[in-house]
Amino acid sequence: MTTFAQKQTSAVRNSPDGARRPLAQKPRRRPKERLAKVVIILLLLTGAAFAAFPILWMASSSFKPNTEIFAYPPQLITSTFSFDAYITILTDPTKVRFFINSYVVSLAVTALTLIVAILASYAFSRYEFKGKRPINMIIVSIQAVPPITLLIPFFGLMVVLGLYNTYQGLILTYLVFTLPYAIIMMTGYFNTLPKELDEAARMDGAGPLTVLWRILVPISIPGIVSVGVYTFMIAWNEYLFALTLTRTEDMRTVPIGIQLLMGQNSYQWNEMMAMSILGCIPVLILFLFFQRYFIGGMTAGAVKS
Amino acid sequence: MAATNTVVRPGSTKRSTSRWAPTARKLTPYAFLSPTVIVMLVLMLIPVIMVIGYSFMDNVITNKNPVFVGIDNYVEVLNDPVFRTATGNTLFFTLVSVAAHLLLGLGFAMLLNSPLVGNVTKALFRVVYILPWLFTVAIIAVLWRLMLNPNGVINYILISLGLTDKGIEWLSSPETALLAVTFINIWAGYSFYMVTLLAGLQGVPADLYEAARVDGASAFQRFWNVTLPQLKPIIISMSVLDIIWTSQQFALIWMTTGGGPVNVTEMLSTYTYKLAFSRYEFSVASASAVLILLLTMVLAFFYVRHQKARD
Repeated sequence: MTTFAQKQTSAVRNSPDGARRPLAQKPRRRPKERLAKVVIILLLLTGAAFAAFPILWMASSSFKPNTEIFAYPPQLITSTFSFDAYITILTDPTKVRFFINSYVVSLAVTALTLIVAILASYAFSRYEFKGKRPINMIIVSIQAVPPITLLIPFFGLMVVLGLYNTYQGLILTYLVFTLPYAIIMMTGYFNTLPKELDEAARMDGAGPLTVLWRILVPISIPGIVSVGVYTFMIAWNEYLFALTLTRTEDMRTVPIGIQLLMGQNSYQWNEMMAMSILGCIPVLILFLFFQRYFIGGMTAGAVKS
Repeated sequence: MAATNTVVRPGSTKRSTSRWAPTARKLTPYAFLSPTVIVMLVLMLIPVIMVIGYSFMDNVITNKNPVFVGIDNYVEVLNDPVFRTATGNTLFFTLVSVAAHLLLGLGFAMLLNSPLVGNVTKALFRVVYILPWLFTVAIIAVLWRLMLNPNGVINYILISLGLTDKGIEWLSSPETALLAVTFINIWAGYSFYMVTLLAGLQGVPADLYEAARVDGASAFQRFWNVTLPQLKPIIISMSVLDIIWTSQQFALIWMTTGGGPVNVTEMLSTYTYKLAFSRYEFSVASASAVLILLLTMVLAFFYVRHQKARD
């Protein structure tokens, strides 16, 4: 059972861009091609404006004083450019706490998810056992369970277990949403590795755990990174459960923190935008460094789950 | 560990030949799966059973001794006009979003796959097009509240172009609120299709296009008869997934309109949330939550069947 992502990457390798345009036809199609190229570039630029303008505007607003947010006419860069909004946020312990909370929860969820998912994926990839198909089916369908359905019993459960308004409560909750993806993606990755690798090690007397940690895990780093990045993002972005399962300001995460800035009487727009920029930095950095894994995870996790 | 066959394979002292070995080998996969199974039992199966139980009781969570009321809560939810409005809104929001995601995603993917544009240009545009996907819904909600403000930049542009003469309250007037939240969701979600369809496009065998060209097919015919059929499996599974996700959208609605004004953007998720955490009617909310679960399970069933057919 090859995963979708693999089929794609191998197909991409076989057909580099432009391969479907034979050189012999090139001169004859020149004028038409040039026109087509101009149209395509114009469309690409329009699309880029649609995608990027809101983000530019967010960045721009984060450098304005709050009084000039709705200044007329609007300007992308104003003479009053300043980092004040960032300084206000980074020197306010309550707001810094939102970031700390988000990092603690997201990193813990990522670590736990990876450990549990690697163990489960190893079983799915390397063993035949009774109940394999049904368990796999359950994991696939769990992804579709609506969060809102789980919210009410989770609230009850966390209160009973004494985990309401704690890190542990949030971390356990997020595992439910990250594990199915992680297991499916990780199993797909393990399936791409030849079984002879671990069979050779088994012959030499290594136990299953040794084979997993010493042989499979080291060569699966790319797969583990994409699962990790994806998991981190799910946890970092989660809103509904963070809103419901925490109560006090010192337990709130960044998405809720941004909402808390929408005060009763006044909106600190510049601070909200600055916090949004700060809040998306970890994901942006992950994206820039691991773009390839990221996209691999996006396509594999979503399309072939 | 007694190793009787070390003579045969020097160095394999760890290898167990006891008669328990086959049993141990059979149990190994279950051991590896046990953490997952425990997490899923405690945090998935039990909560689902709990919520179904809640939905047949009255005064759960708030009262220590809930009473069994049969299907009363379901009757109440299904007769609530707001529930029906929410269902209609969710349907509109989901179908329009998914259709637009697909069209935009496919359009951008085809632009980025054009052999007429250089690879560096493509890579650059691809990063720009992915940007909206990197922002969490909470951030997207706040950002669009700023942009769609009556005095905000979108209204400024519309006024400058002469399309309107005064700022429109996009998110707080009943006529535009549902369209506005749907638009925001479209902006936030097309990247996912684009990336996946781009990978799909690059996987279409080049000789299929060649064959079509030799047969004299026009660009549109090549798209319709070669590209689309090749992408069909991806498009179907992505759309079903997107329908599932979009119909569950909560944060975007909650942070932009809160379901208002006068319920015009109320979704099944916000309706259920309000029942539980604003009105503390946990039993009725549970009934609503179970109904949402049933709807989703129907979708998931089609998704799984489609995936199985692809294998």
